[in-house]
Amino acid sequence: MSLTTVIQLYVFVLAGFVGYQVISRVPPLLHTPLMSAANALTGISLVGSLVAAGSNHGTLSNVMGFIAVICATVNVVGGFLITDRMLKMFKRDDRKSK
Amino acid sequence: MTGSLPLRELIIQGTYLVSSVFFIVGLRGLSSPEKARAGMGYAAVGMLLAIVGTLIHAEIVSYTWVFWGLLAGTTIGIVIGRPLFITVPMTAMPQWVALSHAAGAVAATLVGVNEYMLLSAAGTLPAGTMAALGFEVLLGALTVTGSIMAFGKLQEILPGRPVTWPLQNVMNLVLLTGALGLVVALMLHPEHSAYFWVMLAIAASLGVLMVLPIGGADMPVVISLLNAYAGLSASAMGFALDNNLLIIVGALDGASGLLLSILMCKAMNRSFTNVLFGAFGAPAAAAGKLADGREMRAITPEDAAVRLGYARLVVVVPGYGLAVAQAQHALRELTDLLEKRGVEVKYAIHPVAGRMPGHMNVLLAEANVPYDRLFDMEEVNGEFPRTDVALVIGANDVVNPAARTDPSSPIYGMPILDVDKARSVMVLKRGKGAGFAGIENELFFEPKTFMLFGDAKASLARLVTEVKSM
Repeated sequence: MSLTTVIQLYVFVLAGFVGYQVISRVPPLLHTPLMSAANALTGISLVGSLVAAGSNHGTLSNVMGFIAVICATVNVVGGFLITDRMLKMFKRDDRKSK
Repeated sequence: MTGSLPLRELIIQGTYLVSSVFFIVGLRGLSSPEKARAGMGYAAVGMLLAIVGTLIHAEIVSYTWVFWGLLAGTTIGIVIGRPLFITVPMTAMPQWVALSHAAGAVAATLVGVNEYMLLSAAGTLPAGTMAALGFEVLLGALTVTGSIMAFGKLQEILPGRPVTWPLQNVMNLVLLTGALGLVVALMLHPEHSAYFWVMLAIAASLGVLMVLPIGGADMPVVISLLNAYAGLSASAMGFALDNNLLIIVGALDGASGLLLSILMCKAMNRSFTNVLFGAFGAPAAAAGKLADGREMRAITPEDAAVRLGYARLVVVVPGYGLAVAQAQHALRELTDLLEKRGVEVKYAIHPVAGRMPGHMNVLLAEANVPYDRLFDMEEVNGEFPRTDVALVIGANDVVNPAARTDPSSPIYGMPILDVDKARSVMVLKRGKGAGFAGIENELFFEPKTFMLFGDAKASLARLVTEVKSM
């Protein structure tokens, strides 16, 4: 195992831990938006897709990357749109001030 | 580390680092409804930085495919997605989240396949990278087919009831072990591409086979779990491509998916393994009657309106039936009227009511019910003894007292809303059938329970008219 892999494992474990800490503070009220936010984040596979689509490794590789970019972008755009639609609906009681 | 990075690499890494911070800050925003939207804004900036950082990557030599891909993806996302996400009812959200997962996982899988083909052809595939690629493709393919299955079940294209056969779990376990074995074999002999394709095929069929036996009621757990898989697949991609951003965001995603599914299992008082392998939700027994012959007692909308109108405290217990009937707006109208009459109204939200975590909260938020009227199970359970009317709308298993009293019930031990402790209970229900989990509910046969049968939306509209004329 190389030093890079070891560092990557550190990063993975620590990020997972941070994720656990941050997510456990999310109230049940916002669990559905959290789920769709997490879904938007899955679109991070776009990063790998972009490299595949733009590298010079032959047409097949480019086409696969191209399809991957489309799918990941749909995931990102869709994920953020759904989440925002949901979050927009959460309002405090405005009737009390009336 | 020896030597310093070239400037371009430094910029990329710097952008990625800032991007990761934005993602974490964004998720942190979800800890309160006021900060949530701003938080998602940060996450979106994080995603944008991730894209920009990647676009200056040295390996990207031609932007043609990249450009058209991004353009096509954004167009599909906005032109088809936007109107869809705006018009699609909140009830249908879980399946669209599942479908969106599938898209992201297709990307992860394709990148993995592509990377494998390139590296194995070049003959430079170290065991570590192969292991990462193996996991990426395994989890990715499983997420793709699993999410599509979950979509099909929730959209009712496929039967929602569990599909089971003997030795199902054993078979799945054998397949999973086989797929993992192939990953190990590939680490030793990356040039045997047949192993890779067989592993991919097994992973894809596992996604289908693992979701088939899971009933519709357990779909939220599955969707969260698939989210975790998709995240872990992205992390694996990060290990394969030496990309820390992928590792970090994938891990955040994996943690959140896993945590959500665990929280949901806890709310149902069932173990993870029970949800995944238990094939919960067997067919229902005869409806409308208990074994001892007691029957449900129906109430007319007029009487129901009187009971509600003269109550001091009404606790509304919404369930999936409310979502199906799209009755949240009618409900809001009714509770507004009641509040005008001086009735105190609270909403009791069971953590697993609906088809995804927090489903009822979103649904009621859609109808402009302020979120400070919504109470979690622990907060509201103490209120039931002083509740005049507990208004149960399309909820069943989450108010079934068998969870406390009947050790033989499949939901025994699940924390429930103590509706049976209220002074009277009014249940709006489509028909006399059992709940989603297929279990008969003793509560509906109690002497203090009144049933108002019919479509929830129509019933609520009737109640609104009746309360108005009081």
